[in-house]
Amino acid sequence: MSEFAAVARGVTKRFGQTLALDDVGIEVRAGESHALVGRNGAGKSTLVSVLTGMQVPDAGEVSFFGEPAPPVADRSAWRRHVACVYQKSTVVPDLSVAENLFINRQDLGGGLINWKRLRLQAAELLETYDVAVRPDALVSTLTVEQRQLVEIARALSIGSRFVILDEPTAQLDGPAIERLFDRMRSLQDKGVTFLFISHHLQEVYEVCQTVTVYRDARHVVTAPVAEMSKPDLIEAMTGEAGGLNVPSGDDRPSSAEEVLTVSSLSGDHFSDISLAATRGEVIGLAGSASSGKHEFAETVYGLRKPSAGSISVDGAAVRGGDVPAALRAGIGCVPRDRHHQGLVLDLSIAENATMSTAGGFVWPSAQRAAGSTAIASYDVKAAGPDQPVSDLSGGNQQKVVMARALAGDPSVLVLINPTAGVDVKSKESLLGVVDAQARRGKAAIVVSDELDDLRVCDRVLVLFHGRVVREFGRGWRDQELISAIEGME
Amino acid sequence: MTKAITPPVPAPAAPEKQKFRLARYQDLALVPVIILLLVIGAVLSPIFLTPANLIAVLTQQSELSLLVLGQAMILIVGKMDLSLESTVGLAPALAVALIIPASAGGLDVGLAAWLALPLCILIGVAIGGLNGFLILKVGLSGFMVTLGMLTMLRGLQLAITEGKSLIDVPESFLYLGSTTWLGLPAAVWICIVCYAAGIFVLKYLRAGRSLYAIGGNSEAARAAGIRVDRVVWTVLIIGSVLAVIAGILMTGRLGSVAATQGEGMIFQVFAAAVIGGISLNGGKGTLFGALSGVLMLGLVEQILRLQGVSGFYIKASYGAVIILALIVTRFATGQKQE
Ligand SMILES: Nc1ncnc2c1ncn2[C@@H]1O[C@H](COP(=O)(O)OP(=O)(O)OP(=O)(O)O)[C@@H](O)[C@H]1O
Ligand SMILES: [Mg+2]
Repeated sequence: MSEFAAVARGVTKRFGQTLALDDVGIEVRAGESHALVGRNGAGKSTLVSVLTGMQVPDAGEVSFFGEPAPPVADRSAWRRHVACVYQKSTVVPDLSVAENLFINRQDLGGGLINWKRLRLQAAELLETYDVAVRPDALVSTLTVEQRQLVEIARALSIGSRFVILDEPTAQLDGPAIERLFDRMRSLQDKGVTFLFISHHLQEVYEVCQTVTVYRDARHVVTAPVAEMSKPDLIEAMTGEAGGLNVPSGDDRPSSAEEVLTVSSLSGDHFSDISLAATRGEVIGLAGSASSGKHEFAETVYGLRKPSAGSISVDGAAVRGGDVPAALRAGIGCVPRDRHHQGLVLDLSIAENATMSTAGGFVWPSAQRAAGSTAIASYDVKAAGPDQPVSDLSGGNQQKVVMARALAGDPSVLVLINPTAGVDVKSKESLLGVVDAQARRGKAAIVVSDELDDLRVCDRVLVLFHGRVVREFGRGWRDQELISAIEGME
Repeated sequence: MTKAITPPVPAPAAPEKQKFRLARYQDLALVPVIILLLVIGAVLSPIFLTPANLIAVLTQQSELSLLVLGQAMILIVGKMDLSLESTVGLAPALAVALIIPASAGGLDVGLAAWLALPLCILIGVAIGGLNGFLILKVGLSGFMVTLGMLTMLRGLQLAITEGKSLIDVPESFLYLGSTTWLGLPAAVWICIVCYAAGIFVLKYLRAGRSLYAIGGNSEAARAAGIRVDRVVWTVLIIGSVLAVIAGILMTGRLGSVAATQGEGMIFQVFAAAVIGGISLNGGKGTLFGALSGVLMLGLVEQILRLQGVSGFYIKASYGAVIILALIVTRFATGQKQE
């Protein structure tokens, strides 16, 4: 038995002209929680797919507890060594929650599938994560958060002694993250080793003992977490000294001219919300996953039909439940789930970025130019505008969604978790884009739990069970806002 | 998803519950339609509900149902196989030609007659295996590969038989095609057994469930440790073998292998599968649903026949009926077809 749960050495992986991993290694000590951080496209998820046998590296070797990794074709052997929550969703939407939880082990070791027992076991497992869904509900009917929790519960329940979590927290709200961390800690006490990937650096300090930093496909440093301060970490990730500078928008000029008026809007999971945004104003919407904030934002953009109330832009009413009408009225949106609503993965960056603005004719050259502009202005790490979006790393896909939302120069922006999965440095630049748009007289609604996202806002509305319960002006304190979000007052 | 259990977790919101209920009975959505067809048939023709007539319907549909069984599994796993209809003709033709002498239209190889059945099955395995190889290993488009095979296999049969029917059919084929066991034709029994096995495997075995995982999200399936290629390959081979069995039954029933045996069946196969709730995009549907689709088509065809629709019109009305059936099921199940 070796002291390392997993070791990778000299791993190189190339995708066409992109070098995703360049002779990198990692050593994950048995029993520790090891963080892997780096900017979008640094190669983290590629390393994960090599460590889980989903992809064969061009060079390099992997071993688990001192044993060399099994051949790629032997999927069950890989599964004995390592369990994983991938960044990209790997649930099967048309199967039930119970079946997804126990996928490819539905028989629970018995040979024949006993559906009743399977559902009971699934229910037990769901209870540990406080996921209020029926085990026999179809996964396609779950919310993004519930789906993510199903994936996490599945990975942790397989019983592997080495578990990889690739950005498990990007889609979760505060309490769910806390529950995940509790679970991780108790499993760690039982000897389970974790490799944990996140762009929320405070989480690295919360649950990990060691951190490895990758930059541009190369290994930069591995050190005990206690020895790396946050600025050190950011410097290792970006290669530049200097901490983070999230724009706060304190000095943004305000105006009295209303752009977006929402009056007593009701719909799925929220009711009677009124809101007015003036030119240059950024409004934050916070609340737990069940607060109705996502549904509200989706209704404003026309993804859902309101049951009552009205929406108007510049005084003109916008038809509810009609995305093209919302686009014409000048509303742009970053939807919640980039795989589901944000992108057509098989199409190119250029095509995705221009998707909602394309007119009757699409001139390829103009489209490519728009794609190149998007790549440059949102700092997308890509081979070129023709590259399919499916080839991009998660954070870079998110930037393409942002580019698409802004492509038509909308006067109102509805941004749902705009920085999900985006690295610290890019987050700064995306929030900078929001700030700049506001300064140009646009209004924006930012739906997010991340305090960094909310800091750019002029005011933050807190939703609870579908209603606005608190409003904060600038200068709120973190603790204050968090307890309002969690409904503890 | 059949039995109700008490929800051990907090009861969810009402809409979710309702949605789920509907989904649970999706499988049975065609049963009322089938009953309705039986009633219509009985009203229009006094002999419709006699055992003899119903058995005739089942027997007529037995060959189609085996093809649908194979195709349904292939569709669930996210692929399609158009060449099944040519396999129905080629496998028995080739096997028979390898046995009978040149004077009877054979190839003069002179293999023993008892080899007919194993030989047929072997040919099915080879065809399914070749399709799988081209699609999975070479990475060709499944639609194009099987469309090519459809043409090639049919052509091969014409070349071997010089376009003629082979009438010197082995005993074993004739026996399977004509005998009855416990009052039901052997062909019907074979279908019942195949469907029962298929329904069981797809519901109660891990290997069976993996078909849905692969069709629904093959990356997810791979991540879950499923050997995607191996499963798809196996399913393609099973599909071809089922087509071969259908071909054997058809040969036995008709007493000869026509050069056009199976031609045009693929349309009905897809129609029955889609009517039965199988998604052309993979990952959705059940074999029970597919079977209901087959029965529904069979009843409609029999009603038309008993009504004495003229031979010139039967094809057109049959096509129209399939489209009508698609519309009916679209609304009976409340689901868009893919
Ligand atoms: N299948 C693929 N084809 C082509 N290029 C790819 C493919 N997968 C990844 N890449 C490229 O490899 C690089 C590393 O990607 P990877 O997904 O590992 O990044 P990451 O560190 O996980 O980033 P993020 O934090 O955004 O998730 C990126 O430049 C990406 O565009
Ligand atoms: Mg990643």
